[in-house]
Amino acid sequence: MSHSPTRYMDRTREFYAAQGFSKAYTWAHHDSAPFQKLRKPLADSTLTVITTAALYDRKATDTREVASGSLLQAPPRLYGNDVAWDKTVTHMDDPGSFFPYDPLQAAVASGRLGELTSRFHCVPTEYSQRRTLDSDAPEILRRCREDGADIALLVPL
Amino acid sequence: MSLTARYLEENGIPTVVIGSALDIVTHCAVPRFVFTDLPLGNPLGIPGDKRMQTDVVDLALSVFESATQSRTVVKAPVRWSESEDWRTRYAEIRPEDRERLAAAGEARRVLRDSLKAAGKVRDS
Repeated sequence: MSHSPTRYMDRTREFYAAQGFSKAYTWAHHDSAPFQKLRKPLADSTLTVITTAALYDRKATDTREVASGSLLQAPPRLYGNDVAWDKTVTHMDDPGSFFPYDPLQAAVASGRLGELTSRFHCVPTEYSQRRTLDSDAPEILRRCREDGADIALLVPL
Repeated sequence: MSLTARYLEENGIPTVVIGSALDIVTHCAVPRFVFTDLPLGNPLGIPGDKRMQTDVVDLALSVFESATQSRTVVKAPVRWSESEDWRTRYAEIRPEDRERLAAAGEARRVLRDSLKAAGKVRDS
């Protein structure tokens, strides 16, 4: 039996309305998207990973900043308690359910993927789209270039 | 995250997003998207299901190679459980929750105002 995907925008709007917030959040909207062809075959490409999880158990009141961790070994425990996800249904106890370390290592070992960058990156989920576009995304790009990333796999919680 | 994908792609780095919020990601429009119809929090697969997690990542790698145009969306063949009850649990509002939610919202506004006054909130 086929089911319609969950309507997260509608559910979020209703939830915040129930909390008395009068102005609904406006999600970013575009009618088109950029597109770049791979410059090299996947087997010769260096891939980086970008997550919305954090390196520490961030509080709602903490300032959110771009951060990076090592991909030279399995990442340490990652956190997402301050990010919205289905917390009544599931958990983040299995890092493989949200961070693709083992499958990517296997892809490198098999020769399907060239290599991984030495770091992965944590991008904050920001209320402010301007903050993302003017500050966080450029910082992520800078770090990707510094690490020699050819391609990026982004995995939001 | 979708905005970051767009930014990287605009600046020469091909991207794939793996995620479970189909409406939010397609509303923003990203270059390549692997949609996993699972609860938010486990975009790569059910906790403990290494096979599913590996298959989803392998699918994403294949989309780097196979996508020929922007806004490519590929649905991963995954299912959370026999029951579909999880779909109504995110941000669920039961009648008995309304008073608590209203109070939580008010507390949040008070906290935000105090953080703003202290200069501890990034500008919005």
